[in-house]
This record gives sequence, C-alpha cells and structure tokens, in this order.
Amino acid sequence: MIIVEPKPLEEVLEMVKNENSILVVGCEGCTAITQAGGEKQAEVMAHLLEMGLKLKGRKDVKIKATSILRQCDRQMVAISLKPLLEGYDAVVSMACGVGVQTVADIFSNKKIYPAQNTKFMGSHDREVGKFSEMCSACGECILHETGGVCPITRCAKSLLNGPCGGFARGKCEVGGWTRDCAWVLIFNRLKAQGRLDLFTKFRPPRNYQLSQSPRELGGE
Amino acid sequence: MSKPAYSELMKKINEGKFVVTGEVEPVKTTDLTEVLEAAKRLKDCCVAVNVTDNPTAFAYMNALVPSYMIQKEVGLEAVYQMVTRDRNRLALLSDLLAAGALGIKNILALTGDSVVVGDNPQAKPVHDLDSTQFIYMIRKIVDEGVDLAGKKIHNPPKFHVGAAANPNADPLEPEVYKLIRKQNVGVDFIQTQSTYDIEVIKRFMKEVESIGVKVPILIGVTPFKSIKMMEWLVKFVPGITVPSEIQERLYKAKEISKKKFEEENIEIFSELCKEIRKTTHAAGIHMMAIGFEWVVPPILERAGIRKA
Repeated sequence: MIIVEPKPLEEVLEMVKNENSILVVGCEGCTAITQAGGEKQAEVMAHLLEMGLKLKGRKDVKIKATSILRQCDRQMVAISLKPLLEGYDAVVSMACGVGVQTVADIFSNKKIYPAQNTKFMGSHDREVGKFSEMCSACGECILHETGGVCPITRCAKSLLNGPCGGFARGKCEVGGWTRDCAWVLIFNRLKAQGRLDLFTKFRPPRNYQLSQSPRELGGE
Repeated sequence: MSKPAYSELMKKINEGKFVVTGEVEPVKTTDLTEVLEAAKRLKDCCVAVNVTDNPTAFAYMNALVPSYMIQKEVGLEAVYQMVTRDRNRLALLSDLLAAGALGIKNILALTGDSVVVGDNPQAKPVHDLDSTQFIYMIRKIVDEGVDLAGKKIHNPPKFHVGAAANPNADPLEPEVYKLIRKQNVGVDFIQTQSTYDIEVIKRFMKEVESIGVKVPILIGVTPFKSIKMMEWLVKFVPGITVPSEIQERLYKAKEISKKKFEEENIEIFSELCKEIRKTTHAAGIHMMAIGFEWVVPPILERAGIRKA
C-alpha cells in the first residue's frame, strides 16, 4: 500500500493559519490502514488545529473533521465530498498525494493542504511497526527472475546486474551497513532454488520510456 | 589469442607479461600539476595509470582531461575511469567520443560509490546504466560502431574496457558469479579492490577460475601511508582484513622510527606482490598509492617486478 508520514503539526498550522473555515478530510484507504490518515486521525487533526490556531490568536476558525472511503476515486470524491464541503474554504487532506490531487482537481475552487508526506509503496510489518519500500512501479516487472526481490527498489543503486562493490557481510553500505544487499538476497534465493542461471543472466539497459511520468492507463 | 590490442596495457596482457598499473586522483582543483607529478613518479614502473572519476562520490575534476594530459605530457598510457552514477547514457557516450578523439585507449567501467557516501550527498544519483550495461554499451560502440539505440557512430573509437571486482567480498559467491556476466558481455580486464591478505587473494582467484572466468585480473594493492591509515581500514572498512602478522610488524617498526616503518611497509608490500605473482594466475598488479606514489617504485623493485 501507499505509505505516508504525517507532517509535523507546526508545518500544517503554518499552512492554514490564515484560513477561516477548514474541513479536515480523512481517507479510509491506505492511510487509514496504517493509522495515519483515517477518520480517527482526521478528528485528532481537527482538534489539534483548533487548539493550535487558538494559540496563534485565531479563535473564530470553523473546523470540522470528516472522512471518505477513498480520496483517489474521482467519482467517490465528487459525490461524497460535495455536500460536506459546503461552507468551507479549505481542505486539509489526510490522504496520500494521489488523494490530495484528486480532491484538488474536482474542487478546484477550494484551497487544499496536504497533512502527509507521501513516502513510498511498501509492506507493513505490524509486529515491529515498520514499513518497507518494495516496489517503484518501474513498469516492467522481473520479480520472477530475481527470487521475488525487486532490485530496482531494494538495491540502493537500482542495479539490474548487481551486486556492486558496496556490500559487506551481506549488508549494503547505503544506510550504514544495516540493510540487506538486495543482490545478495537474490543470489541466495536463486542458489537455494538451483536457478543461478537467472543470476548470471545479463539484463540490458532499461527502457525509461516505460516509466516516463505522468503515466496513464486505459480510458480510451 | 587473436583478440586485437588497441592499447599498450592490453598488448602486454595479451603477451602474457605480468603487468603493473598505477592510479592517480584528480581532486577539487583546476591545477593539474600534482596529478601530472604523480603520473611521472609512476611512469617507469607502470604500463598504464588509472585516473579516478569522482572517487567515493566526491565531486572532483573530470578525469578525461588529466587522462589526456598524462598521455600527452607524461607519455604514460591512461586508464580513464568512468562511473555511471553521475551520467546517463547520452552523457556517457559524449564523453566516450571525446575520449576517443583524445586518444584514450582504456576505460574502466564502474557503477561508482553511492552519492550518499560522498561530499554532495543531496545529489540525485543517475544510475541510468549499471557497470555491466556500460560495458555492453562500450562493446557495441567498439565492435559494431553503434550506440545503445543502434545509431551509427562515425569513426567509432577503439577502447579496451575493464571492470572492478572485490576479492574481500563477503559473501564472495555473488561477487564471483557476477563476473560471469561481465565476461559474457565482453569485458577485457579486471582490476580489483585492495586486498591485504594473500590467502584472500588466492581464494578469490581459485573461485574465479573454478567457475570459468578467464578474464585477465590485476590484483589491487594499496600500501599503507601511515599506521593511522591501517587502523582506519581495520576499524571502519567492513570486509577488509589486514593479517595480524602484518599489523604487528608495522607497529613494531613504527616504535623504532618513521624510517623503519617506511622500510617495513615497502618490505611487506613487496612480499605481497611477489606472492601474488608466484602463487596465483593474476595478470598483474594494480597499485593504488594516492598521494604517496613515491612508495610504488621501491616496492616493485624489491619484488623484482618490472612494469611489464
């Protein structure tokens, strides 16, 4: 899913300090699952903004919290947000950058403020409360050749023909020798499966046209 | 061996001579004096000299100009190092064509250390190509006269292309197996990272040979500039082992005098060079003594090794 990190409250307060009416909108998609931007967090954000703005001498600001199912769905945003936005000039979106932009596209007369920094697409280890980036959406998946480890994302240099010389004891120098070298992982998995021919296979230069932004799919 | 040799380095390797290459490092300056002086000190004992390209991701002078000047002013062949970290395939091709125009004959194709370990860690890393893909690109240029997109090059340059390898790699297997890829793509020679333990070198060479890698390999040797440098390597560079016997010998010599340390240092590394020549199938030695190049000639002399 899409992993976000809440912006520091001070930063959000600074963005909205001159607003008179703010609707804080949560998203029940990825950000709710990671407990960063769902209904609960939207409510907390509304309270914090109210208090923070009061401390800045803004006592009369109208603030309310709400949440919709998915801010990345244009129709859902249009239908569910329209009645809620009545009487508000500004939106603080608790969604990822996709949600923020979808709301901004549809309600272009409203001022929109992001409450999150969108970080990456990753997996969630709930035991240790950790998110790890797993996919860069390169547009030409080769996970079947690399033992299910993505070298584009998990190798710090996105090498297709790794490893480089920057590993020791199986760890990558980027990040201070704490993270596994993706290409050592790939080697170990392919070796265990008796498929080292896939390791020694040469992978030619990538076609970056396949990941040229802005990307679109369908709609014709 | 019917492979053509465009460079002195490759000629000597093909002839089966035990070759020595050196290394110099352009730094953050427009002054070429030091790098030319360093090359002069290596001229009589090295067949070619590597010119580093933004090593450890520190932004320095472009390596092409000193490579050219060393060939022109010093009369020593250059191995122009190129990292793919800082340039995409367009910029790499531009520089290769310029290098061809200036008479460069050897390229060392490297991925380059990550920008995060360098002196401008905020920079955007390029990595359009990795080092293996860069070797593939150079082969296309040299052998077929076309770039990666298949576009024809007028008067294509003739280069030999080298790659790096790390005998200290832990685990060693992925490091060795990746050399199969580089061999299949068509690399001409390999220069390794510095290694201090002859047993590590022997193990690396044995592994490489056992999986069928036949590319000529020059073993990297870096003498110690000081005890401090040795301590730093041992403490902070994971994967590098300096045998305790060597450490003890140098500590003992240092206690006596600076001169004694220098003598012992030269003795230790000439022994290492001799051992490499005697006990492995290495094609030669790549000496890296940046900033203290004066140490290279006496080491080689004592080891009885001529430049080729």
